[in-house]
Amino acid sequence: MTSPQIILAADVTTNRQHANVAEVEQRLGSLELILGISAVRKTVLIIVLAVIWQVYASYLDNPLLFPTLSDTLTTLYDRFVDGTLPSRIWTTLQVLITGYVAGTVLAAILTILAINTRIGTDFLETMTAMFNPLPAISLLPLALIWFGLGASSLVFVLIHSVLWAVALNTHAGFLGVSRTLRMVGGNYGLTGLSYVMRILVPAAFPSILTGLKIGWAFAWRTLIAAELVFGVSSGQGGLGWFIFENRNLLDIPAVFAGLLTVIIIGLIVENLVFQTIERHTIQKWGMKE
Amino acid sequence: MLQAIQQNIDPTAGLPDVKTASEARSLLTVDKVTLRYKTPNLLITATEDVSFSVERSDRFVLLGPSGCGKSTLLKAVGGYMAPVSGSIHINGRPVKKPGADRMMVFQEFDQLLPWKTVLENVMFPLIVARKLPRREAEARAKEYIDKVKLTRATDSYPHTLSGGMKQRVAIARGMAMQPDILLMDEPFAALDALTRRQMQDELLQLWEDTRFTVIFVTHSIAEAIKVSNRILLLSPHPGRVKAEVIDVERARQEDGSAAALERDIHNLLFSESGHRE
Repeated sequence: MTSPQIILAADVTTNRQHANVAEVEQRLGSLELILGISAVRKTVLIIVLAVIWQVYASYLDNPLLFPTLSDTLTTLYDRFVDGTLPSRIWTTLQVLITGYVAGTVLAAILTILAINTRIGTDFLETMTAMFNPLPAISLLPLALIWFGLGASSLVFVLIHSVLWAVALNTHAGFLGVSRTLRMVGGNYGLTGLSYVMRILVPAAFPSILTGLKIGWAFAWRTLIAAELVFGVSSGQGGLGWFIFENRNLLDIPAVFAGLLTVIIIGLIVENLVFQTIERHTIQKWGMKE
Repeated sequence: MLQAIQQNIDPTAGLPDVKTASEARSLLTVDKVTLRYKTPNLLITATEDVSFSVERSDRFVLLGPSGCGKSTLLKAVGGYMAPVSGSIHINGRPVKKPGADRMMVFQEFDQLLPWKTVLENVMFPLIVARKLPRREAEARAKEYIDKVKLTRATDSYPHTLSGGMKQRVAIARGMAMQPDILLMDEPFAALDALTRRQMQDELLQLWEDTRFTVIFVTHSIAEAIKVSNRILLLSPHPGRVKAEVIDVERARQEDGSAAALERDIHNLLFSESGHRE
Protein backbone atom coordinates (compact mmCIF):
# COMPACT_ATOMS: atom_id res chain seq x y z
CA MET A 1 0.00 0.00 0.00
CA THR A 2 1.63 3.27 -1.12
CA SER A 3 0.68 6.64 0.31
CA PRO A 4 1.08 10.13 -1.25
CA GLN A 5 4.46 11.77 -0.81
CA ILE A 6 5.53 15.42 -0.67
CA ILE A 7 8.85 16.17 -2.38
CA LEU A 8 10.27 19.54 -1.31
CA ALA A 9 11.70 21.85 -3.98
CA ALA A 10 15.43 21.45 -4.44
CA ASP A 11 16.05 25.19 -4.38
CA VAL A 12 16.16 25.89 -0.67
CA THR A 13 15.72 29.68 -0.96
CA THR A 14 12.06 29.36 -1.95
CA ASN A 15 11.44 27.56 1.31
CA ARG A 16 13.12 30.30 3.29
CA GLN A 17 10.89 33.25 4.13
CA HIS A 18 11.67 36.88 3.27
CA ALA A 19 14.94 36.01 1.53
CA ASN A 20 13.75 37.32 -1.81
CA VAL A 21 11.89 40.49 -0.83
CA ALA A 22 14.38 42.83 -2.50
CA GLU A 23 13.65 41.32 -5.90
CA VAL A 24 9.91 41.32 -5.45
CA GLU A 25 9.62 45.05 -4.74
CA GLN A 26 11.51 47.43 -7.02
CA ARG A 27 11.18 51.21 -7.25
CA LEU A 28 10.09 52.67 -10.58
CA GLY A 29 12.49 54.96 -12.49
CA SER A 30 12.26 58.69 -11.72
CA LEU A 31 11.16 59.66 -15.27
CA GLU A 32 8.36 57.11 -15.05
CA LEU A 33 7.37 58.52 -11.65
CA ILE A 34 7.25 62.10 -12.98
CA LEU A 35 5.25 61.15 -16.07
CA GLY A 36 2.90 59.28 -13.78
CA ILE A 37 1.75 62.61 -12.29
CA SER A 38 -1.10 63.87 -14.43
CA ALA A 39 -0.45 67.51 -13.39
CA VAL A 40 3.00 67.32 -15.00
CA ARG A 41 1.62 65.91 -18.23
CA LYS A 42 -1.09 68.60 -18.35
CA THR A 43 1.43 71.41 -17.71
CA VAL A 44 3.51 70.21 -20.65
CA LEU A 45 0.38 70.26 -22.82
CA ILE A 46 -0.44 73.84 -21.78
CA ILE A 47 3.10 75.01 -22.57
CA VAL A 48 2.86 73.50 -26.05
CA LEU A 49 -0.46 75.28 -26.67
CA ALA A 50 1.01 78.58 -25.43
CA VAL A 51 3.89 78.31 -27.88
CA ILE A 52 1.48 77.64 -30.77
CA TRP A 53 -0.57 80.73 -29.74
CA GLN A 54 2.48 82.99 -29.63
CA VAL A 55 3.84 81.80 -32.99
CA TYR A 56 0.48 82.03 -34.78
CA ALA A 57 -0.37 85.51 -33.39
CA SER A 58 3.06 86.89 -34.31
CA TYR A 59 2.57 85.51 -37.82
CA LEU A 60 -0.95 87.07 -38.04
CA ASP A 61 0.30 90.41 -36.65
CA ASN A 62 -3.16 91.88 -35.97
CA PRO A 63 -3.51 92.85 -32.27
CA LEU A 64 -7.13 94.00 -32.80
CA LEU A 65 -8.25 90.51 -33.78
CA PHE A 66 -5.78 88.20 -32.10
CA PRO A 67 -3.07 89.62 -29.81
CA THR A 68 0.06 87.63 -29.04
CA LEU A 69 0.47 85.71 -25.83
CA SER A 70 3.22 88.08 -24.69
CA ASP A 71 0.93 91.13 -25.18
CA THR A 72 -1.83 89.36 -23.29
CA LEU A 73 0.51 88.43 -20.46
CA THR A 74 1.90 91.98 -20.25
CA THR A 75 -1.62 93.41 -20.03
CA LEU A 76 -2.53 90.75 -17.49
CA TYR A 77 0.49 91.73 -15.40
CA ASP A 78 -0.27 95.47 -15.68
CA ARG A 79 -3.91 95.05 -14.71
CA PHE A 80 -2.89 92.91 -11.79
CA VAL A 81 -0.35 95.44 -10.58
CA ASP A 82 -2.71 98.43 -10.89
CA GLY A 83 -5.29 96.52 -8.84
CA THR A 84 -8.09 96.37 -11.42
CA LEU A 85 -8.07 92.62 -11.94
CA PRO A 86 -7.72 91.58 -8.29
CA SER A 87 -10.73 93.70 -7.31
CA ARG A 88 -12.76 92.32 -10.25
CA ILE A 89 -11.79 88.75 -9.32
CA TRP A 90 -12.73 89.41 -5.72
CA THR A 91 -16.15 90.76 -6.72
CA THR A 92 -16.80 87.74 -8.89
CA LEU A 93 -15.58 85.23 -6.32
CA GLN A 94 -17.65 86.79 -3.53
CA VAL A 95 -20.85 86.37 -5.51
CA LEU A 96 -19.78 82.94 -6.69
CA ILE A 97 -18.99 81.58 -3.26
CA THR A 98 -22.21 82.97 -1.78
CA GLY A 99 -24.28 81.34 -4.51
CA TYR A 100 -22.32 78.09 -4.48
CA VAL A 101 -22.51 77.61 -0.73
CA ALA A 102 -26.21 78.53 -0.61
CA GLY A 103 -26.97 76.15 -3.49
CA THR A 104 -25.03 73.31 -1.86
CA VAL A 105 -26.72 73.79 1.50
CA LEU A 106 -30.15 73.79 -0.14
CA ALA A 107 -29.19 70.66 -2.08
CA ALA A 108 -28.11 68.98 1.15
CA ILE A 109 -31.42 69.80 2.85
CA LEU A 110 -33.44 68.58 -0.13
CA THR A 111 -31.55 65.28 -0.44
CA ILE A 112 -31.68 64.55 3.29
CA LEU A 113 -35.45 65.08 3.16
CA ALA A 114 -35.62 62.96 0.03
CA ILE A 115 -33.72 60.03 1.53
CA ASN A 116 -35.83 59.99 4.69
CA THR A 117 -39.34 60.55 3.34
CA ARG A 118 -41.19 59.40 0.26
CA ILE A 119 -42.80 62.80 -0.35
CA GLY A 120 -39.31 64.29 -0.20
CA THR A 121 -38.13 61.84 -2.85
CA ASP A 122 -41.07 62.67 -5.11
CA PHE A 123 -40.50 66.39 -4.62
CA LEU A 124 -36.78 66.19 -5.39
CA GLU A 125 -37.30 63.99 -8.44
CA THR A 126 -40.02 66.22 -9.86
CA MET A 127 -38.08 69.42 -9.23
CA THR A 128 -34.80 68.12 -10.69
CA ALA A 129 -36.65 66.73 -13.71
CA MET A 130 -38.22 70.16 -14.28
CA PHE A 131 -35.38 72.53 -13.49
CA ASN A 132 -32.22 70.61 -14.38
CA PRO A 133 -32.73 71.05 -18.15
CA LEU A 134 -33.43 74.78 -17.69
CA PRO A 135 -30.23 76.82 -18.20
CA ALA A 136 -29.75 79.03 -15.18
CA ILE A 137 -28.95 82.08 -17.28
CA SER A 138 -32.47 82.00 -18.74
CA LEU A 139 -33.80 82.90 -15.30
CA LEU A 140 -31.74 86.10 -15.24
CA PRO A 141 -34.41 88.39 -16.76
CA LEU A 142 -36.92 87.13 -14.21
CA ALA A 143 -34.40 87.47 -11.39
CA LEU A 144 -33.74 91.06 -12.42
CA ILE A 145 -37.45 91.85 -12.02
CA TRP A 146 -37.70 90.05 -8.69
CA PHE A 147 -34.46 91.14 -7.06
CA GLY A 148 -33.41 94.15 -9.10
CA LEU A 149 -29.99 94.83 -10.54
CA GLY A 150 -27.38 93.59 -8.13
CA ALA A 151 -25.67 90.74 -6.41
CA SER A 152 -28.88 89.12 -5.15
CA SER A 153 -30.08 88.46 -8.70
CA LEU A 154 -26.76 86.83 -9.50
CA VAL A 155 -26.89 84.73 -6.34
CA PHE A 156 -30.40 83.57 -7.23
CA VAL A 157 -29.28 82.45 -10.67
CA LEU A 158 -26.20 80.78 -9.19
CA ILE A 159 -28.26 78.85 -6.65
CA HIS A 160 -30.39 77.59 -9.48
CA SER A 161 -27.34 76.46 -11.43
CA VAL A 162 -25.74 74.65 -8.46
CA LEU A 163 -28.75 73.24 -6.61
CA TRP A 164 -30.12 70.73 -9.13
CA ALA A 165 -26.78 69.36 -10.27
CA VAL A 166 -25.59 68.75 -6.72
CA ALA A 167 -28.96 67.42 -5.50
CA LEU A 168 -29.34 65.08 -8.46
CA ASN A 169 -25.88 63.56 -8.05
CA THR A 170 -26.06 63.34 -4.26
CA HIS A 171 -29.44 61.65 -4.39
CA ALA A 172 -28.25 59.19 -7.03
CA GLY A 173 -25.17 58.52 -4.88
CA PHE A 174 -27.30 57.86 -1.78
CA LEU A 175 -29.50 55.44 -3.73
CA GLY A 176 -26.40 53.68 -5.03
CA VAL A 177 -25.00 52.90 -1.57
CA SER A 178 -24.83 49.11 -1.32
CA ARG A 179 -27.38 47.19 0.72
CA THR A 180 -24.58 45.70 2.78
CA LEU A 181 -23.30 49.10 3.90
CA ARG A 182 -26.84 50.22 4.74
CA MET A 183 -27.31 47.09 6.83
CA VAL A 184 -23.96 47.71 8.55
CA GLY A 185 -25.17 51.21 9.44
CA GLY A 186 -28.40 49.78 10.83
CA ASN A 187 -26.42 47.19 12.75
CA TYR A 188 -24.56 50.00 14.56
CA GLY A 189 -27.91 51.47 15.57
CA LEU A 190 -27.42 54.57 13.42
CA THR A 191 -30.63 56.30 12.35
CA GLY A 192 -31.77 59.61 10.87
CA LEU A 193 -29.20 62.33 10.48
CA SER A 194 -26.28 60.44 12.04
CA TYR A 195 -26.93 57.55 9.63
CA VAL A 196 -26.88 59.99 6.70
CA MET A 197 -23.75 61.80 7.87
CA ARG A 198 -21.73 58.78 9.00
CA ILE A 199 -22.68 56.16 6.41
CA LEU A 200 -24.47 57.62 3.39
CA VAL A 201 -22.41 60.77 2.82
CA PRO A 202 -18.97 59.10 2.86
CA ALA A 203 -20.26 56.04 0.99
CA ALA A 204 -21.78 58.27 -1.71
CA PHE A 205 -18.87 60.70 -1.72
CA PRO A 206 -17.69 59.94 -5.28
CA SER A 207 -21.13 60.96 -6.61
CA ILE A 208 -21.34 63.95 -4.29
CA LEU A 209 -17.96 65.18 -5.46
CA THR A 210 -19.01 64.76 -9.09
CA GLY A 211 -22.11 66.80 -8.30
CA LEU A 212 -20.03 69.52 -6.63
CA LYS A 213 -17.71 69.65 -9.65
CA ILE A 214 -20.57 69.91 -12.14
CA GLY A 215 -22.24 72.50 -9.91
CA TRP A 216 -19.03 74.50 -9.81
CA ALA A 217 -18.66 74.37 -13.59
CA PHE A 218 -22.27 75.48 -14.12
CA ALA A 219 -21.94 78.27 -11.56
CA TRP A 220 -18.69 79.63 -12.99
CA ARG A 221 -20.02 79.74 -16.57
CA THR A 222 -23.36 81.15 -15.51
CA LEU A 223 -21.78 83.90 -13.45
CA ILE A 224 -19.39 85.09 -16.15
CA ALA A 225 -22.25 85.07 -18.66
CA ALA A 226 -24.54 86.96 -16.30
CA GLU A 227 -21.90 89.59 -15.60
CA LEU A 228 -21.49 90.18 -19.33
CA VAL A 229 -25.13 91.23 -19.35
CA PHE A 230 -25.19 93.73 -16.52
CA GLY A 231 -21.90 94.04 -14.72
CA VAL A 232 -21.96 97.76 -14.15
CA SER A 233 -24.86 97.72 -11.75
CA SER A 234 -23.49 94.92 -9.63
CA GLY A 235 -21.35 97.21 -7.53
CA GLN A 236 -18.28 97.82 -9.62
CA GLY A 237 -18.62 94.72 -11.80
CA GLY A 238 -16.75 91.47 -11.90
CA LEU A 239 -14.61 89.60 -14.41
CA GLY A 240 -17.36 89.26 -17.00
CA TRP A 241 -17.92 92.98 -16.94
CA PHE A 242 -14.17 93.56 -17.23
CA ILE A 243 -14.19 91.59 -20.50
CA PHE A 244 -17.25 93.38 -21.82
CA GLU A 245 -15.93 96.83 -20.87
CA ASN A 246 -12.57 96.30 -22.60
CA ARG A 247 -14.21 94.98 -25.73
CA ASN A 248 -16.11 98.28 -25.91
CA LEU A 249 -12.81 100.13 -25.51
CA LEU A 250 -11.30 97.87 -28.23
CA ASP A 251 -8.56 96.93 -25.76
CA ILE A 252 -8.39 93.39 -27.13
CA PRO A 253 -5.27 92.28 -25.17
CA ALA A 254 -7.21 93.16 -22.01
CA VAL A 255 -10.18 91.11 -23.26
CA PHE A 256 -7.79 88.19 -23.71
CA ALA A 257 -6.27 88.86 -20.30
CA GLY A 258 -9.77 88.70 -18.81
CA LEU A 259 -10.54 85.44 -20.62
CA LEU A 260 -7.21 84.03 -19.51
CA THR A 261 -8.02 84.94 -15.91
CA VAL A 262 -11.36 83.14 -16.20
CA ILE A 263 -9.55 80.07 -17.53
CA ILE A 264 -6.82 80.21 -14.88
CA ILE A 265 -9.28 80.46 -12.02
CA GLY A 266 -11.26 77.58 -13.53
CA LEU A 267 -8.09 75.51 -13.82
CA ILE A 268 -6.98 76.29 -10.28
CA VAL A 269 -10.31 75.21 -8.82
CA GLU A 270 -10.57 72.12 -11.02
CA ASN A 271 -6.96 70.97 -10.76
CA LEU A 272 -5.94 72.15 -7.32
CA VAL A 273 -9.04 72.36 -5.16
CA PHE A 274 -11.10 69.44 -6.45
CA GLN A 275 -8.18 67.17 -7.22
CA THR A 276 -6.72 67.76 -3.77
CA ILE A 277 -10.05 66.83 -2.22
CA GLU A 278 -10.23 63.80 -4.48
CA ARG A 279 -6.73 62.65 -3.62
CA HIS A 280 -7.37 62.89 0.10
CA THR A 281 -10.73 61.17 -0.04
CA ILE A 282 -11.94 58.84 -2.74
CA GLN A 283 -8.51 58.02 -4.16
CA LYS A 284 -7.14 57.22 -0.72
CA TRP A 285 -10.21 55.10 0.01
CA GLY A 286 -9.99 53.24 -3.30
CA MET A 287 -13.47 54.43 -4.28
CA LYS A 288 -12.55 56.07 -7.58
CA GLU A 289 -13.77 53.77 -10.32
CA MET B 1 -7.17 22.75 33.52
CA LEU B 2 -9.17 23.06 30.33
CA GLN B 3 -12.25 21.97 32.22
CA ALA B 4 -11.70 24.72 34.75
CA ILE B 5 -11.42 27.39 32.07
CA GLN B 6 -14.55 26.16 30.36
CA GLN B 7 -16.52 26.30 33.53
CA ASN B 8 -15.18 29.69 34.33
CA ILE B 9 -16.49 31.11 31.10
CA ASP B 10 -19.63 29.08 30.72
CA PRO B 11 -20.90 27.21 33.77
CA THR B 12 -23.30 25.10 31.72
CA ALA B 13 -20.71 23.87 29.24
CA GLY B 14 -19.58 20.82 31.15
CA LEU B 15 -22.94 19.97 32.66
CA PRO B 16 -25.40 18.66 30.08
CA ASP B 17 -28.12 17.95 32.64
CA VAL B 18 -28.41 21.62 33.60
CA LYS B 19 -29.25 22.48 30.02
CA THR B 20 -32.85 21.25 30.15
CA ALA B 21 -33.50 23.36 33.20
CA SER B 22 -32.16 26.52 31.55
CA GLU B 23 -33.96 25.84 28.27
CA ALA B 24 -36.58 28.40 29.20
CA ARG B 25 -33.90 31.10 29.26
CA SER B 26 -32.06 30.34 26.06
CA LEU B 27 -29.96 33.16 24.71
CA LEU B 28 -31.99 33.27 21.52
CA THR B 29 -35.38 31.70 20.89
CA VAL B 30 -37.01 31.65 17.49
CA ASP B 31 -40.58 30.49 17.89
CA LYS B 32 -42.76 29.38 14.95
CA VAL B 33 -41.44 32.14 12.75
CA THR B 34 -42.92 32.67 9.30
CA LEU B 35 -41.15 35.16 7.07
CA ARG B 36 -42.43 36.66 3.84
CA TYR B 37 -40.93 39.25 1.57
CA LYS B 38 -42.13 41.03 -1.53
CA THR B 39 -40.51 41.17 -4.92
CA PRO B 40 -42.03 43.61 -7.43
CA ASN B 41 -44.72 41.10 -8.43
CA LEU B 42 -44.56 38.21 -5.97
CA LEU B 43 -45.06 37.63 -2.28
CA ILE B 44 -42.55 34.99 -1.31
CA THR B 45 -42.75 32.85 1.79
CA ALA B 46 -39.15 32.35 2.83
CA THR B 47 -39.65 30.30 5.98
CA GLU B 48 -42.65 28.73 7.61
CA ASP B 49 -43.09 27.81 11.28
CA VAL B 50 -39.39 27.65 12.01
CA SER B 51 -38.46 27.21 15.66
CA PHE B 52 -35.08 26.80 17.27
CA SER B 53 -33.12 28.08 20.20
CA VAL B 54 -29.49 29.00 20.60
CA GLU B 55 -27.59 28.61 23.86
CA ARG B 56 -24.60 30.58 25.04
CA SER B 57 -21.34 29.57 23.32
CA ASP B 58 -23.17 27.62 20.64
CA ARG B 59 -21.74 27.46 17.17
CA PHE B 60 -25.13 27.14 15.56
CA VAL B 61 -25.27 26.53 11.81
CA LEU B 62 -28.27 27.10 9.56
CA LEU B 63 -27.78 24.72 6.65
CA GLY B 64 -29.87 24.14 3.59
CA PRO B 65 -29.98 24.43 -0.18
CA SER B 66 -30.61 27.82 -1.76
CA GLY B 67 -34.17 28.93 -1.33
CA CYS B 68 -34.54 27.52 2.16
CA GLY B 69 -34.67 30.99 3.66
CA LYS B 70 -31.58 30.63 5.85
CA SER B 71 -30.23 34.10 5.03
CA THR B 72 -33.69 35.60 5.43
CA LEU B 73 -33.95 33.91 8.80
CA LEU B 74 -30.62 35.39 9.83
CA LYS B 75 -31.78 38.85 8.70
CA ALA B 76 -34.88 38.44 10.85
CA VAL B 77 -32.71 37.57 13.86
CA GLY B 78 -30.62 40.63 12.96
CA GLY B 79 -33.80 42.71 13.14
CA TYR B 80 -33.82 43.73 9.48
CA MET B 81 -37.23 42.21 8.84
CA ALA B 82 -40.19 41.42 11.06
CA PRO B 83 -41.80 37.96 11.05
CA VAL B 84 -45.34 37.70 9.70
CA SER B 85 -46.12 35.36 12.59
CA GLY B 86 -44.13 33.90 15.45
CA SER B 87 -41.60 35.64 17.60
CA ILE B 88 -37.88 36.09 18.05
CA HIS B 89 -36.49 36.78 21.53
CA ILE B 90 -32.94 37.51 22.58
CA ASN B 91 -32.22 37.38 26.31
CA GLY B 92 -35.99 37.46 26.80
CA ARG B 93 -36.37 40.72 24.86
CA PRO B 94 -38.26 40.68 21.55
CA VAL B 95 -36.17 41.56 18.50
CA LYS B 96 -37.63 44.66 16.87
CA LYS B 97 -34.85 46.43 15.02
CA PRO B 98 -31.17 45.99 14.18
CA GLY B 99 -28.83 46.53 17.07
CA ALA B 100 -25.26 46.13 18.18
CA ASP B 101 -26.11 43.21 20.48
CA ARG B 102 -26.33 41.14 17.29
CA MET B 103 -23.33 42.00 15.15
CA MET B 104 -23.53 40.84 11.55
CA VAL B 105 -20.70 39.54 9.39
CA PHE B 106 -21.75 39.53 5.76
CA GLN B 107 -20.61 37.57 2.76
CA GLU B 108 -19.88 40.68 0.71
CA PHE B 109 -16.41 42.19 0.84
CA ASP B 110 -17.86 45.72 0.75
CA GLN B 111 -19.15 45.43 4.31
CA LEU B 112 -16.14 47.39 5.60
CA LEU B 113 -16.40 51.17 5.43
CA PRO B 114 -13.92 52.03 2.67
CA TRP B 115 -13.21 55.49 4.11
CA LYS B 116 -11.86 54.09 7.35
CA THR B 117 -8.68 52.18 8.05
CA VAL B 118 -8.80 48.70 9.54
CA LEU B 119 -8.36 50.14 13.03
CA GLU B 120 -11.02 52.82 12.50
CA ASN B 121 -13.40 50.23 11.07
CA VAL B 122 -13.12 48.12 14.20
CA MET B 123 -13.27 51.17 16.48
CA PHE B 124 -16.23 52.85 14.80
CA PRO B 125 -19.05 50.68 16.20
CA LEU B 126 -17.35 50.65 19.61
CA ILE B 127 -17.58 54.43 19.65
CA VAL B 128 -21.00 55.02 18.07
CA ALA B 129 -22.88 52.00 19.43
CA ARG B 130 -21.03 51.07 22.63
CA LYS B 131 -20.20 54.72 23.47
CA LEU B 132 -16.72 53.74 24.58
CA PRO B 133 -14.19 56.53 25.04
CA ARG B 134 -11.75 56.76 22.13
CA ARG B 135 -8.73 55.42 23.95
CA GLU B 136 -10.56 52.41 25.32
CA ALA B 137 -12.10 51.68 21.93
CA GLU B 138 -8.67 51.84 20.32
CA ALA B 139 -7.16 49.45 22.85
CA ARG B 140 -9.95 46.95 22.42
CA ALA B 141 -9.92 47.25 18.62
CA LYS B 142 -6.17 46.59 18.57
CA GLU B 143 -6.60 43.56 20.78
CA TYR B 144 -9.08 41.98 18.38
CA ILE B 145 -7.08 42.96 15.30
CA ASP B 146 -4.19 41.07 16.90
CA LYS B 147 -6.48 38.10 17.47
CA VAL B 148 -7.28 37.85 13.76
CA LYS B 149 -3.56 38.28 12.94
CA LEU B 150 -3.90 41.58 11.10
CA THR B 151 -1.56 43.65 13.26
CA ARG B 152 0.50 44.57 10.21
CA ALA B 153 -2.54 45.91 8.34
CA THR B 154 -3.89 48.05 11.22
CA ASP B 155 -3.54 51.35 9.34
CA SER B 156 -4.37 50.08 5.86
CA TYR B 157 -7.50 51.01 3.99
CA PRO B 158 -9.85 48.13 3.10
CA HIS B 159 -9.30 48.39 -0.66
CA THR B 160 -5.66 47.36 -0.18
CA LEU B 161 -6.62 44.12 1.58
CA SER B 162 -7.35 40.70 0.11
CA GLY B 163 -10.79 39.14 0.43
CA GLY B 164 -9.73 36.91 3.30
CA MET B 165 -8.21 39.84 5.18
CA LYS B 166 -11.40 41.89 4.72
CA GLN B 167 -13.46 39.06 6.18
CA ARG B 168 -11.02 38.86 9.11
CA VAL B 169 -11.51 42.58 9.77
CA ALA B 170 -15.27 42.07 9.67
CA ILE B 171 -14.95 39.22 12.17
CA ALA B 172 -12.68 41.31 14.41
CA ARG B 173 -15.17 44.18 14.21
CA GLY B 174 -18.01 41.88 15.19
CA MET B 175 -16.13 40.22 18.02
CA ALA B 176 -14.69 43.43 19.45
CA MET B 177 -18.23 44.54 20.16
CA GLN B 178 -18.62 41.44 22.33
CA PRO B 179 -22.19 41.01 21.12
CA ASP B 180 -24.66 38.53 22.56
CA ILE B 181 -24.57 36.73 19.24
CA LEU B 182 -22.38 37.03 16.19
CA LEU B 183 -24.46 36.52 13.05
CA MET B 184 -22.44 35.28 10.10
CA ASP B 185 -24.12 35.18 6.70
CA GLU B 186 -22.02 32.85 4.52
CA PRO B 187 -18.91 34.82 5.52
CA PHE B 188 -16.48 32.57 3.65
CA ALA B 189 -18.58 31.83 0.57
CA ALA B 190 -16.83 34.39 -1.64
CA LEU B 191 -13.32 33.22 -0.70
CA ASP B 192 -11.15 30.78 -2.61
CA ALA B 193 -11.08 27.22 -1.29
CA LEU B 194 -7.66 27.42 0.39
CA THR B 195 -8.41 30.69 2.17
CA ARG B 196 -11.79 29.35 3.22
CA ARG B 197 -10.24 26.35 4.99
CA GLN B 198 -7.74 28.59 6.72
CA MET B 199 -10.51 30.96 7.84
CA GLN B 200 -12.57 28.08 9.22
CA ASP B 201 -9.59 26.94 11.30
CA GLU B 202 -8.99 30.48 12.53
CA LEU B 203 -12.64 30.91 13.44
CA LEU B 204 -12.51 27.74 15.54
CA GLN B 205 -9.29 28.97 17.16
CA LEU B 206 -10.98 32.27 18.05
CA TRP B 207 -13.93 30.39 19.47
CA GLU B 208 -11.59 28.33 21.65
CA ASP B 209 -10.17 31.62 22.96
CA THR B 210 -13.34 33.52 23.76
CA ARG B 211 -16.28 31.09 23.47
CA PHE B 212 -18.51 33.59 21.70
CA THR B 213 -21.97 32.59 20.48
CA VAL B 214 -22.37 32.48 16.73
CA ILE B 215 -25.07 31.70 14.19
CA PHE B 216 -23.46 30.72 10.94
CA VAL B 217 -25.32 30.43 7.65
CA THR B 218 -23.82 28.21 4.96
CA HIS B 219 -24.81 25.98 2.09
CA SER B 220 -21.71 23.80 2.40
CA ILE B 221 -22.28 20.63 4.39
CA ALA B 222 -18.55 20.16 4.98
CA GLU B 223 -18.21 23.71 6.30
CA ALA B 224 -21.21 23.22 8.58
CA ILE B 225 -19.71 20.06 10.07
CA LYS B 226 -16.34 21.70 10.51
CA VAL B 227 -17.39 24.86 12.30
CA SER B 228 -20.50 23.91 14.26
CA ASN B 229 -21.61 22.07 17.33
CA ARG B 230 -25.27 22.15 16.26
CA ILE B 231 -26.75 22.20 12.78
CA LEU B 232 -30.30 23.11 11.85
CA LEU B 233 -31.24 21.54 8.50
CA LEU B 234 -33.81 23.45 6.48
CA SER B 235 -35.77 22.26 3.47
CA PRO B 236 -36.47 24.67 0.62
CA HIS B 237 -39.63 26.34 -0.79
CA PRO B 238 -40.59 27.35 1.82
CA GLY B 239 -37.93 26.90 4.49
CA ARG B 240 -39.03 24.42 7.12
CA VAL B 241 -37.00 22.70 9.79
CA LYS B 242 -36.06 19.25 8.56
CA ALA B 243 -33.77 18.06 11.31
CA GLU B 244 -31.36 19.23 13.94
CA VAL B 245 -27.91 17.67 14.30
CA ILE B 246 -26.40 17.93 17.75
CA ASP B 247 -22.94 17.17 19.14
CA VAL B 248 -21.48 17.81 15.70
CA GLU B 249 -18.05 18.44 17.23
CA ARG B 250 -17.76 14.72 17.95
CA ALA B 251 -17.46 14.01 14.21
CA ARG B 252 -13.77 13.54 13.47
CA GLN B 253 -11.94 13.90 10.21
CA GLU B 254 -9.51 11.09 11.11
CA ASP B 255 -11.83 8.13 11.69
CA GLY B 256 -14.15 9.07 8.81
CA SER B 257 -17.10 9.95 11.04
CA ALA B 258 -17.19 13.47 9.59
CA ALA B 259 -17.43 12.04 6.08
CA ALA B 260 -20.17 9.68 7.22
CA LEU B 261 -22.11 12.53 8.80
CA GLU B 262 -21.67 14.57 5.64
CA ARG B 263 -23.14 11.69 3.62
CA ASP B 264 -26.07 11.32 6.02
CA ILE B 265 -26.88 15.02 5.89
CA HIS B 266 -26.57 15.03 2.13
CA ASN B 267 -28.98 12.12 1.83
CA LEU B 268 -31.38 13.76 4.21
CA LEU B 269 -31.39 17.00 2.23
CA PHE B 270 -31.49 15.63 -1.29
CA SER B 271 -32.66 11.99 -1.38
CA GLU B 272 -36.32 12.75 -0.82
CA SER B 273 -38.10 12.20 -4.13
CA GLY B 274 -39.26 15.65 -5.19
CA HIS B 275 -40.28 18.27 -2.69
CA ARG B 276 -43.88 19.17 -2.07
CA GLU B 277 -44.97 22.60 -3.08
